[in-house]
Amino acid sequence: MDIKSMKNYLYWLYCQFELITCSYLMEPWEKLLFYTFNVTMLVMVLYTTYIFVPVHISTAFQFFLHLFGNQHEKTVSVVK
Amino acid sequence: MERPERVAAALGAQPRANGCSGAAHGALRNGYVRGLPAPDTQINHIVHNGGLYKRPFNEDFEETPMLVAVLTYVGYGVLTLFGYLRDFMRQWKIEKCQNATEREEQKDFVPLYQDFENFYNRNLYMRIRDSWNRPICSVPGAKVDMMERISHDYNWTFTYTGRVIKDIINMGSYNYLGFAQNAGTCQEAAAKVLSQYGAGVCSTRQEMGNLDKHEELEKLVARFLGVESAMAYGMGFATNSMNIPALVGKGCLILSDELNHASLVLGARLSGATIRIFKHNNMQSLEKLLKDAIVHGQPRTRRPWKKILILVEGIYSMEGSIVRLPEVIALKKKYKSYLYLDEAHSIGALGPTGRGVVEYFGLSPEDVDVMMGTFTKSFGAAGGYIGGKKELIDYLRTYSHSAVYATSLSPPVVEQIITSMKCIMGEDGTTVGKARVQQLAENTRYFRRRLKEMGFIIYGNEDSPVVPLMLYMPAKIGAFGREMLKRNIGVVVVGFPATPIIESRARFCLSAAHTKEMLDTALKEINEVGDLLQLKYSRHHLVPLLDRPFDETTYEETED
Repeated sequence: MDIKSMKNYLYWLYCQFELITCSYLMEPWEKLLFYTFNVTMLVMVLYTTYIFVPVHISTAFQFFLHLFGNQHEKTVSVVK
Repeated sequence: MERPERVAAALGAQPRANGCSGAAHGALRNGYVRGLPAPDTQINHIVHNGGLYKRPFNEDFEETPMLVAVLTYVGYGVLTLFGYLRDFMRQWKIEKCQNATEREEQKDFVPLYQDFENFYNRNLYMRIRDSWNRPICSVPGAKVDMMERISHDYNWTFTYTGRVIKDIINMGSYNYLGFAQNAGTCQEAAAKVLSQYGAGVCSTRQEMGNLDKHEELEKLVARFLGVESAMAYGMGFATNSMNIPALVGKGCLILSDELNHASLVLGARLSGATIRIFKHNNMQSLEKLLKDAIVHGQPRTRRPWKKILILVEGIYSMEGSIVRLPEVIALKKKYKSYLYLDEAHSIGALGPTGRGVVEYFGLSPEDVDVMMGTFTKSFGAAGGYIGGKKELIDYLRTYSHSAVYATSLSPPVVEQIITSMKCIMGEDGTTVGKARVQQLAENTRYFRRRLKEMGFIIYGNEDSPVVPLMLYMPAKIGAFGREMLKRNIGVVVVGFPATPIIESRARFCLSAAHTKEMLDTALKEINEVGDLLQLKYSRHHLVPLLDRPFDETTYEETED
């Protein structure tokens, strides 16, 4: 039952996507073209995210750690 | 909205400084009773307008939600891109071009078909064309039969399967009082006249086409409206477009509402007068234009205008709004201009006895200079009329293009109008007419209230039998029409260019012939389709009222 209602819900979401982007009105080859374009863009964005975002986040994290790390050492010496 | 909470707050639930709370109806300490404002709906109550309105005027045009507007533009953007792609393919012969083009030999001439201007037609309208021009094959009453048709090449051509879809609930015909019937007193009278006079008149009104039936009809129409004299024409559109040029000319000023019908716009342009547009139903805009016209006169010569004519409609069929007639008449009297009221949709549909928007507001018909209307909507016939003072109508009999050149009304149609008008007035000895007018009012209130409670955005006045339901996105226009037909309900959907590009809508026309069961079926299906297509955009969250008993007459209710 839960799987069925989940499938219905996903189908309903797909229908909403079709209505909003007007692919409901397109002929089959137009739909194919449109979905191929969309999926290609999405895959490229995800791939870029996968390659670059962890490296950028860890670099940024190290930068901030370095910044606060120095400050921490300084405060320790002053207090002591 | 938060109106119930606001009302509760305004009714003095908070204690005052000395610890005592106000009296039950919101009276403050010094006895001043606060009014109950409702910020979103425009309620021009008696207090606000110095006694012009005898009944509350509730009109509501909810704003388009921002997300919906953005997504609508996204949808149109995608379709435009694909339109360019298809045009490119058609130009380079990759795809067969199925719309009208010139012959090969004429390709070097000046283009006959405007290619780019039909971009919208070729690429957007064609995709959803199956929701329009549906052939019906029975009388367009409360239920109608339709011929089934399918298309194998995406709406460029249609073929009929031969099957007839029976008993579709008809929410699209302008059948306000249910006189579109093929049985009953109207039909019998029309059949008798047909066997007596025949169907054709074979002449214009001025030559040999003036039958005694026409004289009888005009006297009856004048009596119905409460004016001195009236004249009837064969076509409602032609009544407007051919008579406005007879009334105004160069050197006159026409002040026309933003959303006037094409017939009024055409008539105004044909007349050669200067046209100025005021914002829809906005009396401040109209007053400003009137003041400017009186103060500055004609543009270059500064002479006073020969005539100022205000063109308004009783009910605007795309918005469902009713004109603010008391204010328009007050302005007209103050600035000494003339008023032309087009009651195409409101005659028979508004007012306690169906006499139109003038009776709805409780005004005198003598205040409106030219009362125009059509017989197509509430009387189940065809044609239009103009009513007014005797001198005006005698002038129009001679100078109107329609009287001189157009064929006069066909006799069975005239008899249908006469019989239905007598029925509405109660002169046929029954109370059928009055019952129908009241049934329409009840149907209107019930249908609009239920749709608003479901969460749809509905435009227009609470009392107007034209109910526009907002769809916004182009794919939903086609989807709504198709889904409703699958569920055996016929609706009319409207998009650009009849409406602004993002405000496409489905327009329901209620009828006195609709029973409560039909309305309930229709509402259930609309609810289902609304959930399926996610059309419930409204953010007002009305508190559902306790269901009032359905056979209460609505004109004696008080607003709560």
